[in-house]
Amino acid sequence: MADYLIKARGLGVNRNGRAILQRADLTVQAGKIVTLIGPNGAGKTTLVRAVLGLIKIDEGTIAKAPDLRIGYMPQKLHIDASLPLTVARFLALGGKARADLAETLALTGIDKLINMPMQSLSGGETQRVLLARALLRDPQLLVLDEPVQGVDVTGQSALYALINEIRNRRQCGVLLVSHDLHLVMATTDTVICLNQHVCCEGHPEQVTNDPAYLALFGEAVGATNPPQVAIYTHHHDHQHDTHGNVIHTKPGAHIHRHDSSCGHDHHA
Amino acid sequence: MPDFLLLALLAGIAVALVAGPLGSFAVWRRMAYFGDTLAHSALLGVTFGLLLDINLNLAIALGCLLLALILVALQNNRFLATDTLLGILSHSTLALGLVCVSVFSDNRIDLMAYLFGDILSVSRTDVASIWLISLAVIAALVWLWRPLLAITVHEELAHVEGVPVARVRTALMLLMALVIAIAMKVVGVLLITALLIIPAAASRRLTHTPEQMALVSSLLGVAAVCAGLAASYWWDSPAGPAIVLSATLLFSLTLLKRQPV
Repeated sequence: MADYLIKARGLGVNRNGRAILQRADLTVQAGKIVTLIGPNGAGKTTLVRAVLGLIKIDEGTIAKAPDLRIGYMPQKLHIDASLPLTVARFLALGGKARADLAETLALTGIDKLINMPMQSLSGGETQRVLLARALLRDPQLLVLDEPVQGVDVTGQSALYALINEIRNRRQCGVLLVSHDLHLVMATTDTVICLNQHVCCEGHPEQVTNDPAYLALFGEAVGATNPPQVAIYTHHHDHQHDTHGNVIHTKPGAHIHRHDSSCGHDHHA
Repeated sequence: MPDFLLLALLAGIAVALVAGPLGSFAVWRRMAYFGDTLAHSALLGVTFGLLLDINLNLAIALGCLLLALILVALQNNRFLATDTLLGILSHSTLALGLVCVSVFSDNRIDLMAYLFGDILSVSRTDVASIWLISLAVIAALVWLWRPLLAITVHEELAHVEGVPVARVRTALMLLMALVIAIAMKVVGVLLITALLIIPAAASRRLTHTPEQMALVSSLLGVAAVCAGLAASYWWDSPAGPAIVLSATLLFSLTLLKRQPV
């Protein structure tokens, strides 16, 4: 048995002669949560799509555990209004369920929605239905592309708590793309900051006592509830010029930047 | 009932039955323009059939299948938006077909019959081949139903879940090419898309599942064929356009019903 679910080494993807992903490494192990962060256009989704086999890679290798079952939660779902499709039918389209349907519905909290047309769901409800469809495959690896986008702070905490519970229960690996550069899921094991290449990698810090955090989320989480998000501090040893090329700083002149610049154009 | 009317009715019903599920996919996947392009290219198939002196129905089917494959290949190349690409091909093939037919055919063929259909002149052999193709396409649709729906909802999700997306999509286009080839006799190249789209759009308001929508769409298509042929018989209106107008009338009637949520 391999000690990884997925191991990508030196991934490179070019589009129209432009490198949108360079020398990217990524490993996801069973029971671990990996969060991908980075500015818009950093190649997060490209990396995920390469790992899923949705796009051709130009360089590098991707090794997968044998017979790896992947549950994928895409970023967006658009179903034409002309297609009459209930939540139940949508879930059934994923093929024969390997996980218990009733349990998955209860876990994701969508049991009440089962007979609703897909087009009538709110953004947060759609996210949970997509998560349920991924879970029904009883995946060994769960790939979530911006699962909390468009979800409010409370919903975000609930979704992160749910993902953590799923990981603990099923011991699956989780690869998560986050739209936020600094606030990541608290139980993340590894954070990978991407900007065409892997800029830095590390663990998030506990932020329970961080005043900035409390100011933002103090109301949403009580003292008894552990916070579901944590701050990730970037440690970059290089900067990018205006074309995105790496400018290495001189040895000894190692710069830690904790503000939002990080040498990148960090506009969410 | 005179023989020609019975044959026309049989041919029309066969086409309407298969147009239901296929038209539903055309609506769900927004393939109306794609259908138009394929249909227009059928005229080119007629020309080649005449030039090479092969069976015209076979030539039309082969022409549609060939263009469907070219479209699949071109759609992977994303330098132009799909609708622009289809717009270029659709009208160029129609224009080329019109030019070729008038230059090469020596007035041997009736252009209007190909543009607007000639259902009242179908032979027994035509009816047999139309039914054969119709039933084969329906069987293929039933067999591919779940993967087809899965790629209609989300292609990448389907891919990750193990659906061979490219193959299923190509199969759908080829099935559509086959149906266009048989529908050409009924309503002609200019009105084929209407026969696919209008009954499907009409049944949307009456149904709650994809299967119901496909089935009701078939039934509405059959009703439109019957009504169109009746109008043609009693009032001597052209059959193809009368069938399309009957479908439009049915669609208008469904607008009176409140949209199901």
